[in-house]
Amino acid sequence: MNYQAIRVIYKFEMLRFWNTLMQSIASPVISTSLYFVVFGSAIGSRIQEIDGVSYGVFIVPGLVMLSLLTQSIANASFGIFFPKFTGTIYEVMSAPISFFEIVIGYVGAAASKSFILGSIILITANLFVDLNIAHPVWMMAFLILTCISFSLFGFIIGLWATNFEKLQLIPMLVVTPLVFLGGSFYSVSMLPPAWQTVTLFNPVLYLISGFRWSFFEVADVSVGVSLAMIIFFLLACLAIVWWMFKTGYRLRN
Amino acid sequence: MQPIIKISDLSKTYESGHQALSNVNLDINDGEILALLGPNGAGKTTLISIICGIVASSTGSVTVAGHDTVKDYRFTRSLIGLVPQELTLGAFDSVWNTVNFSRGLFGKEPNPAYLEQLLKDLSLFDKKDSELRELSGGMKRRVLIAKALSHEPRILFLDEPTAGVDVELRKDMWQLVRGLHKSGVTIILTTHYIEEAEEIADRVGVISAGKLLLVDNKDNLMRELGKKQLALELKQPVDQLPESLAPYNLEISADGAQLIYTYNTTGERTGITALLQAVNAAGLSLKDLNTSQSSLEEIFVKLLKAKA
Repeated sequence: MNYQAIRVIYKFEMLRFWNTLMQSIASPVISTSLYFVVFGSAIGSRIQEIDGVSYGVFIVPGLVMLSLLTQSIANASFGIFFPKFTGTIYEVMSAPISFFEIVIGYVGAAASKSFILGSIILITANLFVDLNIAHPVWMMAFLILTCISFSLFGFIIGLWATNFEKLQLIPMLVVTPLVFLGGSFYSVSMLPPAWQTVTLFNPVLYLISGFRWSFFEVADVSVGVSLAMIIFFLLACLAIVWWMFKTGYRLRN
Repeated sequence: MQPIIKISDLSKTYESGHQALSNVNLDINDGEILALLGPNGAGKTTLISIICGIVASSTGSVTVAGHDTVKDYRFTRSLIGLVPQELTLGAFDSVWNTVNFSRGLFGKEPNPAYLEQLLKDLSLFDKKDSELRELSGGMKRRVLIAKALSHEPRILFLDEPTAGVDVELRKDMWQLVRGLHKSGVTIILTTHYIEEAEEIADRVGVISAGKLLLVDNKDNLMRELGKKQLALELKQPVDQLPESLAPYNLEISADGAQLIYTYNTTGERTGITALLQAVNAAGLSLKDLNTSQSSLEEIFVKLLKAKA
Protein backbone atom coordinates (compact mmCIF):
# COMPACT_ATOMS: atom_id res chain seq x y z
CA MET A 1 0.00 0.00 0.00
CA ASN A 2 1.18 3.48 -0.87
CA TYR A 3 -0.03 5.16 2.33
CA GLN A 4 1.80 8.38 1.56
CA ALA A 5 -0.16 8.76 -1.68
CA ILE A 6 -3.49 8.20 0.07
CA ARG A 7 -2.45 10.68 2.74
CA VAL A 8 -1.56 13.46 0.29
CA ILE A 9 -4.59 12.97 -1.96
CA TYR A 10 -6.91 13.03 1.06
CA LYS A 11 -5.10 15.93 2.67
CA PHE A 12 -5.08 18.14 -0.41
CA GLU A 13 -8.69 17.36 -1.30
CA MET A 14 -9.71 18.33 2.23
CA LEU A 15 -7.57 21.44 2.03
CA ARG A 16 -9.88 22.81 -0.64
CA PHE A 17 -12.79 22.27 1.71
CA TRP A 18 -11.14 24.12 4.61
CA ASN A 19 -10.00 26.93 2.30
CA THR A 20 -13.60 27.62 1.40
CA LEU A 21 -14.98 26.79 4.82
CA MET A 22 -17.46 29.65 4.93
CA GLN A 23 -18.99 28.63 1.62
CA SER A 24 -18.87 24.98 2.59
CA ILE A 25 -20.80 25.57 5.78
CA ALA A 26 -22.90 28.62 4.99
CA SER A 27 -24.64 27.18 1.96
CA PRO A 28 -26.06 24.00 3.58
CA VAL A 29 -27.00 25.89 6.74
CA ILE A 30 -28.86 28.55 4.78
CA SER A 31 -30.63 26.10 2.49
CA THR A 32 -31.64 23.87 5.40
CA SER A 33 -32.98 26.87 7.27
CA LEU A 34 -34.98 27.88 4.20
CA TYR A 35 -36.50 24.42 3.92
CA PHE A 36 -37.52 24.59 7.55
CA VAL A 37 -39.07 27.98 7.16
CA VAL A 38 -40.99 26.98 4.02
CA PHE A 39 -41.84 23.32 4.63
CA GLY A 40 -41.59 23.10 8.38
CA SER A 41 -43.34 26.29 9.45
CA ALA A 42 -45.31 27.77 6.56
CA ILE A 43 -46.64 24.58 4.97
CA GLY A 44 -45.93 22.16 7.78
CA SER A 45 -48.20 23.93 10.24
CA ARG A 46 -51.14 23.02 7.98
CA ILE A 47 -50.09 19.39 7.63
CA GLN A 48 -51.11 16.91 10.29
CA GLU A 49 -48.68 14.49 11.92
CA ILE A 50 -47.31 11.65 9.80
CA ASP A 51 -47.12 8.30 11.59
CA GLY A 52 -47.25 10.16 14.87
CA VAL A 53 -44.36 12.50 13.98
CA SER A 54 -44.90 16.21 13.45
CA TYR A 55 -44.22 17.29 9.88
CA GLY A 56 -41.36 19.63 10.76
CA VAL A 57 -39.50 16.78 12.41
CA PHE A 58 -40.56 14.22 9.84
CA ILE A 59 -38.74 15.99 7.00
CA VAL A 60 -35.36 16.18 8.83
CA PRO A 61 -33.95 12.83 7.58
CA GLY A 62 -35.10 13.56 4.02
CA LEU A 63 -33.55 16.99 4.19
CA VAL A 64 -30.22 15.59 5.38
CA MET A 65 -30.30 12.96 2.62
CA LEU A 66 -31.09 15.57 -0.02
CA SER A 67 -27.98 17.55 0.86
CA LEU A 68 -25.85 14.48 1.44
CA LEU A 69 -26.60 12.96 -1.95
CA THR A 70 -26.15 16.12 -3.96
CA GLN A 71 -23.02 17.19 -2.05
CA SER A 72 -21.39 13.75 -2.18
CA ILE A 73 -21.88 13.57 -5.91
CA ALA A 74 -20.80 17.16 -6.49
CA ASN A 75 -17.67 16.87 -4.33
CA ALA A 76 -16.46 13.56 -5.68
CA SER A 77 -17.25 14.21 -9.33
CA PHE A 78 -15.56 17.61 -9.25
CA GLY A 79 -12.58 16.24 -7.31
CA ILE A 80 -11.62 13.86 -10.11
CA PHE A 81 -13.04 15.79 -13.07
CA PHE A 82 -11.04 18.94 -12.37
CA PRO A 83 -7.56 17.30 -12.61
CA LYS A 84 -8.79 15.58 -15.76
CA PHE A 85 -9.94 18.92 -17.13
CA THR A 86 -6.72 20.80 -16.30
CA GLY A 87 -4.51 17.85 -17.26
CA THR A 88 -2.91 17.49 -13.84
CA ILE A 89 -4.28 13.94 -13.70
CA TYR A 90 -1.11 12.90 -15.58
CA GLU A 91 0.70 12.95 -12.28
CA VAL A 92 -1.73 10.62 -10.53
CA MET A 93 -1.69 8.32 -13.55
CA SER A 94 2.10 8.14 -13.57
CA ALA A 95 2.42 7.63 -9.82
CA PRO A 96 3.01 4.23 -8.20
CA ILE A 97 -0.53 3.88 -6.87
CA SER A 98 -3.33 1.39 -7.43
CA PHE A 99 -6.89 2.27 -8.35
CA PHE A 100 -7.91 1.30 -4.86
CA GLU A 101 -5.58 3.87 -3.30
CA ILE A 102 -6.77 6.58 -5.68
CA VAL A 103 -10.37 5.78 -4.75
CA ILE A 104 -9.65 5.81 -1.01
CA GLY A 105 -7.97 9.20 -1.34
CA TYR A 106 -10.53 10.96 -3.52
CA VAL A 107 -13.71 9.23 -2.41
CA GLY A 108 -12.61 9.23 1.23
CA ALA A 109 -12.16 13.01 1.10
CA ALA A 110 -15.46 13.58 -0.68
CA ALA A 111 -17.29 11.32 1.78
CA SER A 112 -15.65 13.08 4.74
CA LYS A 113 -16.83 16.44 3.46
CA SER A 114 -20.37 15.15 3.02
CA PHE A 115 -20.30 13.64 6.47
CA ILE A 116 -19.27 16.96 7.98
CA LEU A 117 -22.04 18.68 6.02
CA GLY A 118 -24.60 16.09 7.12
CA SER A 119 -23.65 16.66 10.74
CA ILE A 120 -23.90 20.42 10.33
CA ILE A 121 -27.37 20.07 8.82
CA LEU A 122 -28.48 17.86 11.70
CA ILE A 123 -27.23 20.43 14.18
CA THR A 124 -29.00 23.19 12.28
CA ALA A 125 -32.20 21.13 12.21
CA ASN A 126 -31.95 20.70 15.95
CA LEU A 127 -32.17 24.46 16.31
CA PHE A 128 -35.56 24.48 14.58
CA VAL A 129 -37.19 21.33 15.90
CA ASP A 130 -36.78 18.98 18.82
CA LEU A 131 -34.95 15.95 17.44
CA ASN A 132 -34.88 12.60 19.17
CA ILE A 133 -32.83 9.91 17.50
CA ALA A 134 -34.10 6.43 18.33
CA HIS A 135 -31.10 4.50 16.99
CA PRO A 136 -28.03 6.73 16.89
CA VAL A 137 -25.67 3.94 15.81
CA TRP A 138 -27.87 2.98 12.88
CA MET A 139 -28.30 6.62 12.05
CA MET A 140 -24.51 6.98 11.84
CA ALA A 141 -24.21 3.79 9.80
CA PHE A 142 -26.76 5.00 7.24
CA LEU A 143 -25.12 8.41 7.16
CA ILE A 144 -21.63 7.03 6.54
CA LEU A 145 -22.73 4.38 4.04
CA THR A 146 -24.65 6.99 2.08
CA CYS A 147 -21.71 9.39 2.05
CA ILE A 148 -19.38 6.68 0.76
CA SER A 149 -21.70 5.18 -1.85
CA PHE A 150 -22.75 8.47 -3.34
CA SER A 151 -19.21 9.80 -3.32
CA LEU A 152 -18.29 6.68 -5.29
CA PHE A 153 -21.18 7.37 -7.63
CA GLY A 154 -19.96 10.95 -8.05
CA PHE A 155 -16.45 9.66 -8.72
CA ILE A 156 -17.84 7.55 -11.56
CA ILE A 157 -19.62 10.57 -13.01
CA GLY A 158 -16.40 12.59 -12.75
CA LEU A 159 -14.46 9.89 -14.61
CA TRP A 160 -17.17 9.53 -17.23
CA ALA A 161 -17.81 13.22 -17.87
CA THR A 162 -15.90 14.76 -20.74
CA ASN A 163 -17.21 18.30 -20.20
CA PHE A 164 -18.90 20.46 -17.59
CA GLU A 165 -22.37 19.85 -19.07
CA LYS A 166 -22.07 16.11 -18.58
CA LEU A 167 -20.80 16.70 -15.08
CA GLN A 168 -24.06 18.49 -14.25
CA LEU A 169 -26.32 16.25 -16.29
CA ILE A 170 -26.83 13.30 -13.96
CA PRO A 171 -27.10 15.27 -10.70
CA MET A 172 -29.65 17.61 -12.31
CA LEU A 173 -31.71 15.23 -14.38
CA VAL A 174 -31.54 12.03 -12.38
CA VAL A 175 -30.50 12.48 -8.78
CA THR A 176 -32.50 15.56 -7.79
CA PRO A 177 -35.82 14.14 -9.13
CA LEU A 178 -35.13 10.79 -7.50
CA VAL A 179 -34.48 12.45 -4.16
CA PHE A 180 -37.63 14.55 -4.35
CA LEU A 181 -39.73 11.57 -5.46
CA GLY A 182 -38.10 9.25 -2.92
CA GLY A 183 -40.17 10.44 0.00
CA SER A 184 -37.91 13.22 1.29
CA PHE A 185 -40.87 15.36 2.23
CA TYR A 186 -43.68 12.82 2.55
CA SER A 187 -44.46 9.24 3.46
CA VAL A 188 -44.94 6.95 0.47
CA SER A 189 -48.23 5.80 1.97
CA MET A 190 -49.60 9.28 1.20
CA LEU A 191 -49.36 8.56 -2.55
CA PRO A 192 -52.07 6.86 -4.66
CA PRO A 193 -51.49 3.06 -4.83
CA ALA A 194 -50.21 3.09 -8.42
CA TRP A 195 -47.54 5.67 -7.58
CA GLN A 196 -46.56 3.74 -4.49
CA THR A 197 -45.59 0.84 -6.75
CA VAL A 198 -43.64 3.14 -9.07
CA THR A 199 -41.80 4.63 -6.11
CA LEU A 200 -40.53 1.20 -5.08
CA PHE A 201 -38.24 1.34 -8.15
CA ASN A 202 -36.59 4.48 -6.83
CA PRO A 203 -33.38 3.48 -4.99
CA VAL A 204 -33.35 6.71 -2.99
CA LEU A 205 -36.60 5.67 -1.30
CA TYR A 206 -34.74 2.87 0.50
CA LEU A 207 -32.05 5.25 1.71
CA ILE A 208 -34.46 7.81 3.10
CA SER A 209 -36.75 5.19 4.58
CA GLY A 210 -33.92 3.44 6.42
CA PHE A 211 -32.46 6.71 7.60
CA ARG A 212 -35.84 7.90 8.82
CA TRP A 213 -36.36 4.64 10.66
CA SER A 214 -33.19 5.23 12.66
CA PHE A 215 -34.76 8.49 13.87
CA PHE A 216 -38.41 7.66 14.47
CA GLU A 217 -38.76 3.91 13.99
CA VAL A 218 -41.19 4.55 11.16
CA ALA A 219 -40.33 3.37 7.65
CA ASP A 220 -41.84 2.93 4.20
CA VAL A 221 -39.94 -0.31 3.62
CA SER A 222 -38.29 -2.64 6.10
CA VAL A 223 -34.90 -1.58 7.46
CA GLY A 224 -33.21 -4.78 6.32
CA VAL A 225 -34.22 -4.09 2.74
CA SER A 226 -32.96 -0.51 3.05
CA LEU A 227 -29.60 -1.67 4.33
CA ALA A 228 -29.29 -4.37 1.67
CA MET A 229 -30.10 -1.85 -1.06
CA ILE A 230 -27.52 0.68 0.03
CA ILE A 231 -24.81 -1.98 0.35
CA PHE A 232 -25.75 -3.32 -3.07
CA PHE A 233 -25.44 0.18 -4.50
CA LEU A 234 -22.06 0.62 -2.83
CA LEU A 235 -20.74 -2.64 -4.27
CA ALA A 236 -22.13 -1.85 -7.70
CA CYS A 237 -20.34 1.51 -7.71
CA LEU A 238 -17.10 -0.12 -6.55
CA ALA A 239 -17.36 -2.69 -9.33
CA ILE A 240 -17.86 0.03 -11.94
CA VAL A 241 -14.90 2.06 -10.67
CA TRP A 242 -12.75 -1.07 -10.63
CA TRP A 243 -13.75 -1.83 -14.22
CA MET A 244 -13.02 1.77 -15.27
CA PHE A 245 -9.49 1.61 -13.90
CA LYS A 246 -8.84 -1.89 -15.18
CA THR A 247 -9.78 -0.94 -18.73
CA GLY A 248 -8.28 2.55 -18.46
CA TYR A 249 -11.69 3.95 -19.38
CA ARG A 250 -11.28 7.60 -20.46
CA LEU A 251 -8.02 7.71 -18.57
CA ARG A 252 -5.38 5.72 -20.40
CA ASN A 253 -6.67 6.05 -23.93
CA MET B 1 25.44 -3.52 -18.72
CA GLN B 2 21.70 -4.00 -18.44
CA PRO B 3 19.77 -1.08 -19.96
CA ILE B 4 17.78 0.96 -17.44
CA ILE B 5 14.86 1.07 -19.88
CA LYS B 6 14.20 -1.62 -22.46
CA ILE B 7 11.45 -1.05 -24.99
CA SER B 8 10.48 -4.12 -27.03
CA ASP B 9 8.21 -4.22 -30.09
CA LEU B 10 6.12 -1.40 -28.72
CA SER B 11 3.07 -0.27 -30.72
CA LYS B 12 0.16 1.99 -29.89
CA THR B 13 -3.01 2.54 -31.85
CA TYR B 14 -5.45 4.98 -30.30
CA GLU B 15 -9.20 4.36 -30.22
CA SER B 16 -9.56 6.85 -33.08
CA GLY B 17 -7.52 4.44 -35.23
CA HIS B 18 -4.47 6.68 -35.25
CA GLN B 19 -1.31 4.62 -34.99
CA ALA B 20 1.03 6.65 -32.81
CA LEU B 21 3.81 4.08 -32.43
CA SER B 22 4.80 1.21 -34.63
CA ASN B 23 7.07 -1.55 -33.43
CA VAL B 24 9.54 0.55 -31.45
CA ASN B 25 12.63 -1.15 -30.01
CA LEU B 26 14.99 0.89 -27.87
CA ASP B 27 17.48 0.35 -25.07
CA ILE B 28 18.26 3.31 -22.84
CA ASN B 29 21.47 3.07 -20.84
CA ASP B 30 21.76 3.83 -17.17
CA GLY B 31 23.03 7.34 -16.60
CA GLU B 32 22.93 8.60 -20.17
CA ILE B 33 21.20 11.61 -21.67
CA LEU B 34 19.11 10.51 -24.61
CA ALA B 35 17.43 13.03 -26.87
CA LEU B 36 14.44 11.91 -28.88
CA LEU B 37 14.30 14.06 -31.95
CA GLY B 38 11.26 14.26 -34.15
CA PRO B 39 8.64 16.56 -35.67
CA ASN B 40 5.28 17.26 -33.97
CA GLY B 41 3.03 14.24 -33.92
CA ALA B 42 5.94 11.82 -34.35
CA GLY B 43 4.93 9.78 -31.30
CA LYS B 44 7.47 11.10 -28.81
CA THR B 45 4.93 11.99 -26.14
CA THR B 46 3.05 8.72 -26.62
CA LEU B 47 6.28 6.80 -26.13
CA ILE B 48 7.03 8.65 -22.89
CA SER B 49 3.45 8.31 -21.71
CA ILE B 50 3.55 4.55 -22.12
CA ILE B 51 6.80 4.22 -20.19
CA CYS B 52 5.37 6.37 -17.38
CA GLY B 53 2.09 4.44 -17.28
CA ILE B 54 -0.19 7.26 -18.44
CA VAL B 55 -1.15 5.53 -21.68
CA ALA B 56 -1.63 1.79 -22.15
CA SER B 57 0.32 0.19 -25.01
CA SER B 58 -1.43 -1.85 -27.70
CA THR B 59 1.33 -4.44 -28.07
CA GLY B 60 4.89 -4.88 -26.87
CA SER B 61 6.48 -4.31 -23.50
CA VAL B 62 8.65 -1.92 -21.53
CA THR B 63 10.91 -2.79 -18.63
CA VAL B 64 12.47 -0.29 -16.25
CA ALA B 65 15.47 -1.54 -14.25
CA GLY B 66 14.50 -5.06 -15.28
CA HIS B 67 10.86 -4.80 -14.13
CA ASP B 68 7.81 -4.78 -16.37
CA THR B 69 6.03 -1.40 -16.34
CA VAL B 70 2.59 -3.02 -16.24
CA LYS B 71 3.12 -5.90 -13.83
CA ASP B 72 5.54 -4.10 -11.52
CA TYR B 73 4.16 -0.62 -12.00
CA ARG B 74 4.71 0.38 -8.39
CA PHE B 75 8.40 -0.28 -8.66
CA THR B 76 8.98 1.15 -12.13
CA ARG B 77 6.93 4.29 -11.65
CA SER B 78 8.61 5.12 -8.36
CA LEU B 79 11.90 5.45 -10.28
CA ILE B 80 10.56 7.89 -12.85
CA GLY B 81 9.97 11.62 -12.81
CA LEU B 82 8.08 13.26 -15.67
CA VAL B 83 8.03 16.88 -16.78
CA PRO B 84 5.10 17.11 -19.20
CA GLN B 85 5.05 19.24 -22.30
CA GLU B 86 1.98 21.27 -21.38
CA LEU B 87 1.94 23.59 -18.38
CA THR B 88 -0.51 21.40 -16.52
CA LEU B 89 -0.79 22.72 -13.00
CA GLY B 90 -3.62 23.34 -10.59
CA ALA B 91 -4.61 26.94 -9.96
CA PHE B 92 -5.12 27.51 -6.27
CA ASP B 93 -2.48 25.30 -4.66
CA SER B 94 0.71 26.88 -3.41
CA VAL B 95 4.08 25.91 -4.85
CA TRP B 96 5.10 24.34 -1.55
CA ASN B 97 1.91 22.28 -1.30
CA THR B 98 2.09 21.03 -4.85
CA VAL B 99 5.67 19.71 -4.53
CA ASN B 100 4.77 18.05 -1.23
CA PHE B 101 1.77 16.49 -2.93
CA SER B 102 3.96 15.09 -5.72
CA ARG B 103 6.46 13.63 -3.29
CA GLY B 104 3.73 11.90 -1.30
CA LEU B 105 2.02 10.64 -4.41
CA PHE B 106 5.18 8.73 -5.29
CA GLY B 107 5.21 7.10 -1.86
CA LYS B 108 8.03 9.09 -0.30
CA GLU B 109 8.05 10.23 3.32
CA PRO B 110 7.85 14.00 3.72
CA ASN B 111 11.28 15.65 3.53
CA PRO B 112 11.03 19.45 3.87
CA ALA B 113 14.81 19.92 3.81
CA TYR B 114 15.19 18.19 0.44
CA LEU B 115 12.24 20.06 -1.07
CA GLU B 116 13.53 23.35 0.25
CA GLN B 117 16.90 22.79 -1.43
CA LEU B 118 15.17 21.68 -4.63
CA LEU B 119 13.11 24.87 -4.77
CA LYS B 120 16.24 26.92 -4.08
CA ASP B 121 18.08 25.18 -6.94
CA LEU B 122 15.23 26.08 -9.24
CA SER B 123 15.05 29.69 -7.98
CA LEU B 124 11.55 29.00 -6.70
CA PHE B 125 12.02 29.21 -2.98
CA ASP B 126 10.88 32.82 -2.64
CA LYS B 127 7.70 31.83 -4.49
CA LYS B 128 6.92 28.85 -2.31
CA ASP B 129 3.76 30.37 -0.83
CA SER B 130 2.49 31.79 -4.13
CA GLU B 131 -0.56 30.27 -5.73
CA LEU B 132 0.24 28.49 -8.98
CA ARG B 133 -2.07 30.68 -11.05
CA GLU B 134 -0.05 33.75 -10.06
CA LEU B 135 3.15 32.40 -11.63
CA SER B 136 4.54 33.26 -15.04
CA GLY B 137 4.90 30.58 -17.72
CA GLY B 138 8.60 30.16 -17.02
CA MET B 139 7.99 29.81 -13.28
CA LYS B 140 5.28 27.24 -13.93
CA ARG B 141 7.74 25.19 -15.94
CA ARG B 142 10.18 25.35 -13.03
CA VAL B 143 7.41 24.11 -10.72
CA LEU B 144 6.76 21.18 -13.06
CA ILE B 145 10.45 20.30 -12.91
CA ALA B 146 10.40 20.57 -9.12
CA LYS B 147 7.37 18.28 -8.96
CA ALA B 148 9.09 15.72 -11.18
CA LEU B 149 12.21 15.78 -9.00
CA SER B 150 10.33 15.90 -5.69
CA HIS B 151 10.59 12.14 -5.17
CA GLU B 152 14.26 11.85 -6.14
CA PRO B 153 13.77 9.82 -9.32
CA ARG B 154 16.52 7.80 -11.01
CA ILE B 155 15.09 8.52 -14.43
CA LEU B 156 13.84 11.89 -15.60
CA PHE B 157 11.70 12.50 -18.67
CA LEU B 158 11.60 16.01 -20.07
CA ASP B 159 8.95 16.33 -22.77
CA GLU B 160 9.89 19.31 -24.94
CA PRO B 161 11.34 21.18 -21.98
CA THR B 162 12.31 24.28 -23.93
CA ALA B 163 9.02 24.92 -25.73
CA GLY B 164 8.15 28.54 -24.94
CA VAL B 165 11.04 28.98 -22.55
CA ASP B 166 13.27 32.06 -22.43
CA VAL B 167 17.04 31.98 -22.79
CA GLU B 168 17.75 32.25 -19.10
CA LEU B 169 15.52 29.40 -18.08
CA ARG B 170 16.90 27.29 -20.91
CA LYS B 171 20.40 27.89 -19.59
CA ASP B 172 19.31 27.08 -16.03
CA MET B 173 17.59 23.97 -17.23
CA TRP B 174 20.64 22.64 -19.06
CA GLN B 175 22.73 23.34 -16.01
CA LEU B 176 20.27 21.40 -13.90
CA VAL B 177 20.23 18.54 -16.40
CA ARG B 178 24.02 18.37 -16.36
CA GLY B 179 24.00 18.33 -12.57
CA LEU B 180 21.47 15.51 -12.48
CA HIS B 181 23.44 13.65 -15.12
CA LYS B 182 26.54 13.93 -12.97
CA SER B 183 24.66 12.49 -9.99
CA GLY B 184 23.75 9.45 -12.09
CA VAL B 185 20.20 10.26 -13.16
CA THR B 186 19.22 8.95 -16.58
CA ILE B 187 17.63 11.72 -18.64
CA ILE B 188 15.40 11.35 -21.66
CA LEU B 189 14.30 14.52 -23.38
CA THR B 190 12.27 15.13 -26.48
CA THR B 191 12.79 18.04 -28.77
CA HIS B 192 12.45 19.08 -32.35
CA TYR B 193 15.56 21.19 -32.36
CA ILE B 194 18.77 19.53 -33.54
CA GLU B 195 20.84 22.16 -31.71
CA GLU B 196 19.31 21.16 -28.42
CA ALA B 197 20.14 17.52 -28.89
CA GLU B 198 23.61 18.55 -29.94
CA GLU B 199 24.15 20.65 -26.87
CA ILE B 200 23.16 18.20 -24.20
CA ALA B 201 22.69 14.61 -25.34
CA ASP B 202 25.00 11.59 -25.36
CA ARG B 203 22.85 9.72 -27.80
CA VAL B 204 20.13 10.82 -30.17
CA GLY B 205 17.12 8.86 -31.37
CA VAL B 206 15.21 10.03 -34.40
CA ILE B 207 11.50 9.29 -34.41
CA SER B 208 9.00 10.02 -37.13
CA ALA B 209 5.45 8.88 -37.84
CA GLY B 210 5.58 6.48 -34.92
CA LYS B 211 8.77 4.76 -36.04
CA LEU B 212 12.16 4.95 -34.40
CA LEU B 213 14.33 5.54 -37.45
CA LEU B 214 17.68 5.35 -35.77
CA VAL B 215 19.48 5.72 -32.48
CA ASP B 216 23.10 6.70 -32.59
CA ASN B 217 25.85 8.48 -30.78
CA LYS B 218 25.37 12.18 -31.08
CA ASP B 219 28.72 12.66 -32.83
CA ASN B 220 27.95 10.13 -35.55
CA LEU B 221 24.55 11.55 -36.14
CA MET B 222 25.68 15.15 -36.26
CA ARG B 223 28.13 14.23 -38.97
CA GLU B 224 25.27 12.74 -40.91
CA LEU B 225 22.95 15.67 -40.25
CA GLY B 226 25.69 18.25 -40.85
CA LYS B 227 25.77 17.70 -44.60
CA LYS B 228 25.22 20.59 -46.97
CA GLN B 229 24.74 20.90 -50.69
CA LEU B 230 26.21 23.39 -53.10
CA ALA B 231 24.32 23.89 -56.36
CA LEU B 232 26.32 25.30 -59.28
CA GLU B 233 24.14 26.76 -61.99
CA LEU B 234 25.85 26.61 -65.39
CA LYS B 235 25.57 29.10 -68.24
CA GLN B 236 25.68 26.23 -70.73
CA PRO B 237 24.04 22.91 -69.78
CA VAL B 238 26.33 19.86 -70.03
CA ASP B 239 25.51 16.24 -70.95
CA GLN B 240 28.27 14.70 -68.94
CA LEU B 241 30.90 15.75 -66.46
CA PRO B 242 34.43 16.55 -67.51
CA GLU B 243 36.73 13.86 -66.14
CA SER B 244 38.68 16.31 -64.05
CA LEU B 245 35.59 16.75 -61.88
CA ALA B 246 35.09 13.04 -61.22
CA PRO B 247 36.69 13.07 -57.71
CA TYR B 248 33.98 15.43 -56.43
CA ASN B 249 31.08 12.98 -56.93
CA LEU B 250 28.90 15.65 -58.47
CA GLU B 251 25.32 15.04 -59.47
CA ILE B 252 23.97 16.56 -62.68
CA SER B 253 20.41 17.81 -62.71
CA ALA B 254 18.04 16.35 -65.34
CA ASP B 255 18.35 19.35 -67.65
CA GLY B 256 22.12 19.41 -67.24
CA ALA B 257 22.08 23.00 -66.08
CA GLN B 258 23.00 22.31 -62.48
CA LEU B 259 25.83 20.49 -60.74
CA ILE B 260 25.22 19.48 -57.14
CA TYR B 261 28.07 18.99 -54.70
CA THR B 262 27.49 17.47 -51.27
CA TYR B 263 29.94 18.28 -48.50
CA ASN B 264 30.24 18.12 -44.76
CA THR B 265 30.37 21.33 -42.77
CA THR B 266 31.75 19.56 -39.72
CA GLY B 267 34.69 18.12 -41.68
CA GLU B 268 38.09 19.80 -41.69
CA ARG B 269 37.81 20.76 -45.34
CA THR B 270 34.70 21.26 -47.35
CA GLY B 271 36.55 21.02 -50.68
CA ILE B 272 34.65 23.96 -52.09
CA THR B 273 37.68 26.03 -53.08
CA ALA B 274 39.27 23.12 -54.93
CA LEU B 275 35.99 22.31 -56.64
CA LEU B 276 35.49 25.85 -57.88
CA GLN B 277 39.03 25.94 -59.23
CA ALA B 278 38.49 22.62 -60.97
CA VAL B 279 35.21 23.85 -62.44
CA ASN B 280 37.01 26.91 -63.74
CA ALA B 281 39.86 24.82 -65.15
CA ALA B 282 37.35 22.56 -66.92
CA GLY B 283 36.11 25.63 -68.78
CA LEU B 284 32.62 25.68 -67.31
CA SER B 285 31.24 29.10 -66.53
CA LEU B 286 28.81 29.68 -63.73
CA LYS B 287 25.61 31.70 -63.77
CA ASP B 288 24.84 31.39 -60.10
CA LEU B 289 25.49 29.28 -57.07
CA ASN B 290 23.72 28.59 -53.81
CA THR B 291 24.11 26.34 -50.79
CA SER B 292 21.42 24.60 -48.80
CA GLN B 293 21.28 22.50 -45.69
CA SER B 294 18.75 19.72 -45.43
CA SER B 295 16.05 20.69 -42.97
CA LEU B 296 15.20 18.31 -40.18
CA GLU B 297 12.00 17.45 -42.00
CA GLU B 298 13.93 16.51 -45.14
CA ILE B 299 16.31 14.40 -43.12
CA PHE B 300 13.38 12.60 -41.56
CA VAL B 301 11.86 11.94 -44.94
CA LYS B 302 15.17 10.71 -46.26
CA LEU B 303 15.70 8.45 -43.28
CA LEU B 304 12.17 7.16 -43.57
CA LYS B 305 12.66 6.34 -47.25
CA ALA B 306 15.99 4.69 -46.58
CA LYS B 307 14.48 2.48 -43.89
CA ALA B 308 11.36 1.59 -45.85
